[in-house]
Amino acid sequence: MRRKGNLRLAADVEQTDWSALVFRVRDDQDKAAFAALFRHFAPRVKAFLMKSGASEALAEECAQDVMATLWQKARLFDAERASVATWVFTIARNRRIDALRKSRRPEPEDLPWGPEPEPDQAEVYEAQQETERLGVALAQLPLKQRVLIERAYFGDLSHSEIAAETGLPLGTIKSRIRLALDRLRQQMDVKATEK
Amino acid sequence: MTIKHHLSDELLMAYAAAELPEAFNLVIAAHLSMCDECRARSMAFDALGGAVIEDSTCEMSAGSLEACMARINGLSQAPATGMRRGDRVLPAPVLDYVGGGLEAVKWRALGMGVRQSILRIGDKGASARLLYIPAGAAMPDHGHRGLELTLVLQGAFRDEADRFGRGDIEVADASVEHTPVAEAGEACICLAATQGSLKFNALLPRLAQPFFRI
Ligand SMILES: [Zn+2]
Ligand SMILES: [Zn+2]
Repeated sequence: MRRKGNLRLAADVEQTDWSALVFRVRDDQDKAAFAALFRHFAPRVKAFLMKSGASEALAEECAQDVMATLWQKARLFDAERASVATWVFTIARNRRIDALRKSRRPEPEDLPWGPEPEPDQAEVYEAQQETERLGVALAQLPLKQRVLIERAYFGDLSHSEIAAETGLPLGTIKSRIRLALDRLRQQMDVKATEK
Repeated sequence: MTIKHHLSDELLMAYAAAELPEAFNLVIAAHLSMCDECRARSMAFDALGGAVIEDSTCEMSAGSLEACMARINGLSQAPATGMRRGDRVLPAPVLDYVGGGLEAVKWRALGMGVRQSILRIGDKGASARLLYIPAGAAMPDHGHRGLELTLVLQGAFRDEADRFGRGDIEVADASVEHTPVAEAGEACICLAATQGSLKFNALLPRLAQPFFRI
């Protein structure tokens, strides 16, 4: 597993309009568009699942599953609401619940509006930008804070286990997570006013 | 509806990461169904998950794309599902667990008009129940062994700390001992999730505890 540099991350996300590729899969069952999505997202889903405690074989299997779900549910993708990365994360999270026998996670009820057939381009761009900005903000966090957030998402350690591992009392961990989130939010506000 | 008591960032992040027991996930999903503010924050935590997933990669096996295409060819179209909506009192995730609306809830009397219905939760880490407290009546005085999330679905209650109306969520932990009292007017219906069992302070409710599984 390797970590990408911040600049690569930003450039990479900006270069490709992932939503447009999902629409091509949805509308034309476009295999080339799917292959591009697969090359980018499958290795990331696999890394996510392995960091969550799955064996390589299980992670490989689930990553293929997640990508197959992306194909199958392309018409449910709401590009105004979420970037493709965010959508892939939610599919991978649900797949992980089954694969690693985690607790069921009921979903909130449906929002009164669904995906638009012709989503507003500005909103689609905004959703992708938000993930990108969060990625940059995440990469700029002090290492300790970033690791805590990532671990929370990988779910490989509970809060009390993190405390045991780092020798810090639980309260310190909690306040650090909160601090990290505050910083993330501030970074996002700064970026938003820069536009 | 004005919701005053919301979910903490910590709970929203843990829900996004799918790291909570099912019973807590249910209460959170129910609150998100009623609260646009927390729904937006929860979506931000999903976006943070998207950013985390972007951050590292791991090589796929040779031929994985072809294997995935073969998988896709074996899939049928996902069936179109209708909108999941709740009713006047129960949000959709709670309807799913009850198997119907309020009239389908199988209540058990706890005494003094208070009723509860324990929901069928797959994992045993925490339990979830619906509570019915008649207007003006009190829940038995109790402490907690772990985290307790209480979401008001109808009416309102007050405890030593504050007032909680429809949509409000109260978070209590082992340090909190409180006596929620339903407001006059409408009966108060709540969805509560608890880790470990509640321990009652009055003698009689404690004796009754194993029987009522509270
Ligand atoms: Zn809220
Ligand atoms: Zn309580």
